[in-house]
Amino acid sequence: MDSHPIIEHIPRLRRYARALLGDRYAADDLVQDTLERAWNKFHLWRRGSDLRAWLFAIMHNVFVNQVRSKRSDIEKTMEELPDVPVRATQSDSLEIADVERALRALPDEQLEVLLLVALEEMTYDEVGRALAIPIGTVMSRLSRARERMRRLIAGVQPVVPLKAVK
Amino acid sequence: MTQVLENDLQAFVDDVLDATRRGEIEAYLAERPEEAGRVRAYRAQDAALRTLFDPVLAEPVPAALVARPASRRWPTFALAASVLFTGVAIGWIARGTFAPLPQTGSSLARSAAIAHAVYSPEVRHPVEVGAEQEDHLVKWLSKRLGTDLRVPKLATLGYDLVGGRLLSGPQGPVAQFMYQDAKGQRLTLYVSMQKGEGRDTAFRFSQEDRVSVFYWVDHNYGYALSGEMKRDTLLALATAVYQQLSP
Repeated sequence: MDSHPIIEHIPRLRRYARALLGDRYAADDLVQDTLERAWNKFHLWRRGSDLRAWLFAIMHNVFVNQVRSKRSDIEKTMEELPDVPVRATQSDSLEIADVERALRALPDEQLEVLLLVALEEMTYDEVGRALAIPIGTVMSRLSRARERMRRLIAGVQPVVPLKAVK
Repeated sequence: MTQVLENDLQAFVDDVLDATRRGEIEAYLAERPEEAGRVRAYRAQDAALRTLFDPVLAEPVPAALVARPASRRWPTFALAASVLFTGVAIGWIARGTFAPLPQTGSSLARSAAIAHAVYSPEVRHPVEVGAEQEDHLVKWLSKRLGTDLRVPKLATLGYDLVGGRLLSGPQGPVAQFMYQDAKGQRLTLYVSMQKGEGRDTAFRFSQEDRVSVFYWVDHNYGYALSGEMKRDTLLALATAVYQQLSP
């Protein structure tokens, strides 16, 4: 069957992108841009090395270079919307909704590390390689991400809606 | 008491410590309820993230994403179709909530085989509730399925219970129990309600790609035992399960 090793990783890339961005369409755009680069650069991938790590490293770069700059524009637009929960959720579990909201309040650097560890189940070392940061930074971001989430969910620190400084 | 650093606690949350160090951290936490609470909260958060986003893995991949640049205009249909099919097949488990389908005979085997293929390769989270909490596991799944579930014992055949999880099937909640032998070979038992029909079926065999499945329906419940192994190997295990569940 005509199948390429990259294809097998697409569901994982989509899960990560969805968690990273929260929005289905923005997430699939990120996956598409990532795959485009991956196909074009596939000859550079060292056969036998970790393809998943390579793909996530590409996604990280695309995210940092493109999405983050676009997203700050969106946040500024959002600020003008009424201050109500943005996402309607069908889940009757309040906890899950709280978790998702807390996730959106994490800085991107912390969010990426947390998701690669918790969802993708990468080792700390793999996370460091995917994000091109030292392992000490992986650990401190992970620790801060988890603690910040916990406080947000527990309501220790109120969830402050994102406001751009005028 | 050895020194415990924040990094140790994070590694403990992720369950990546060796047994000795894990024991030390457990002892450390036993004396510090506040720290123990923090660790529990972190684990609950991680579990919630998986609950939120793991369903994305089962969604069909949009065809646009599998088209390679050179062939974007004319994607190879075989490839697109095969990925779409896989997505649809995996999505089968999830579709139960939207479209109730009669599930008798081979569709039971198919659903069970797909659930087996999705969860048995998981390294760190193959189950939601582990065998160490077997009582809780059985009570929880029994409640969700509305029957007194029994977990067959297969230790004499070399398979120990890993744990179980709750899935959504075509006719409502499904319990999946996972077993593993010393070599890491996994076996899953899929138990689903068979509403209405109530037709008991004989013991049957189905080969779903690499997954072999023995299945039967008994008193409104469908049972399917799946494993990536030869028919005869699975037969001995399925017979033991059948005898314990439908004596």
